[in-house]
Amino acid sequence: MDVVDSSNLQRQILHNLDRVGMRKVDSARLTLEAMNPDLKVLTYDTRLGADNILDIIDGYDVIVDGTDNFPTRYLVNDAALLKNIPVVHGSIFRFEGQITVFNPYVGPCYRCMIPEPPPAELAPSCAEAGVLGVLPGIVGSIQAIETIKLILELGDPLVGRLLTYDALDQSFRTFKVRRDPTCPACGEDAPPIVIAEYDDLCMPHPVGV
Amino acid sequence: MNVIVRLPSQLRSLVGGAGEVPVEAATVRDAINAVDAAYPGIAFRVLDDRGALRRFVNVFVADEDVRFLNGLDTVLESGQTVSLVPAVAGG
Ligand SMILES: [Zn+2]
Repeated sequence: MDVVDSSNLQRQILHNLDRVGMRKVDSARLTLEAMNPDLKVLTYDTRLGADNILDIIDGYDVIVDGTDNFPTRYLVNDAALLKNIPVVHGSIFRFEGQITVFNPYVGPCYRCMIPEPPPAELAPSCAEAGVLGVLPGIVGSIQAIETIKLILELGDPLVGRLLTYDALDQSFRTFKVRRDPTCPACGEDAPPIVIAEYDDLCMPHPVGV
Repeated sequence: MNVIVRLPSQLRSLVGGAGEVPVEAATVRDAINAVDAAYPGIAFRVLDDRGALRRFVNVFVADEDVRFLNGLDTVLESGQTVSLVPAVAGG
């Protein structure tokens, strides 16, 4: 679906110039298997949607969310709650990154932290605003650490804490994120989760699956 | 109270590039309005047309989310930092 473009290479380090035009999933697998032939890499060359997400995430221990838009992030959140799979969240914008871990029904979920997405006019996409090329590597490395910690049950994962990275003043900060008892997805009185495509407002539990 | 308001990079162009703006304020609402008085446009990005906090912007006093304190009426102590942290979704 998505193929390697030369404009990706300053930040998507699994690819290189020789792979321009190759499917990204194939290029990524080649690079990973060249580093470690014992890896078993499964690829899904498809757009993540309401029709396939539950099947795709089924059986995995951790989801690492590096998606690039709000609707998909809400979709991942709701599906992860339904399947009870922790999500290692990383998001970036220009010179800053945000990392946290959503552990279903233990800590807050994405909807507890961000009940509604910004309207389009207040949320320029990365394509418009751009991202400093090295930033995804920093945020992705921290997500990798959190993933390893979850799998090995090591240390203190970023559950209930939002770690922010600011490249301009070169600082990390940590903020508390709490589970919202009125959260429409994981709150005490939340209706059963329905997985459906979300519109730009990403409103919870739309009808008509 | 003398407090610091920390701005995300997406709002810094509105204040001439600064990451932190020192203001005099008694509450979180005061602090946002004080920054807006000096640099018009900040409040619009953080508050909706009824003056409530926009739901995709988290505001922290020190490391506490004001939604779990007293919201925009949260009282500030001298030297505290108010951080505006809008949601970002790039990946
Ligand atoms: Zn929730």
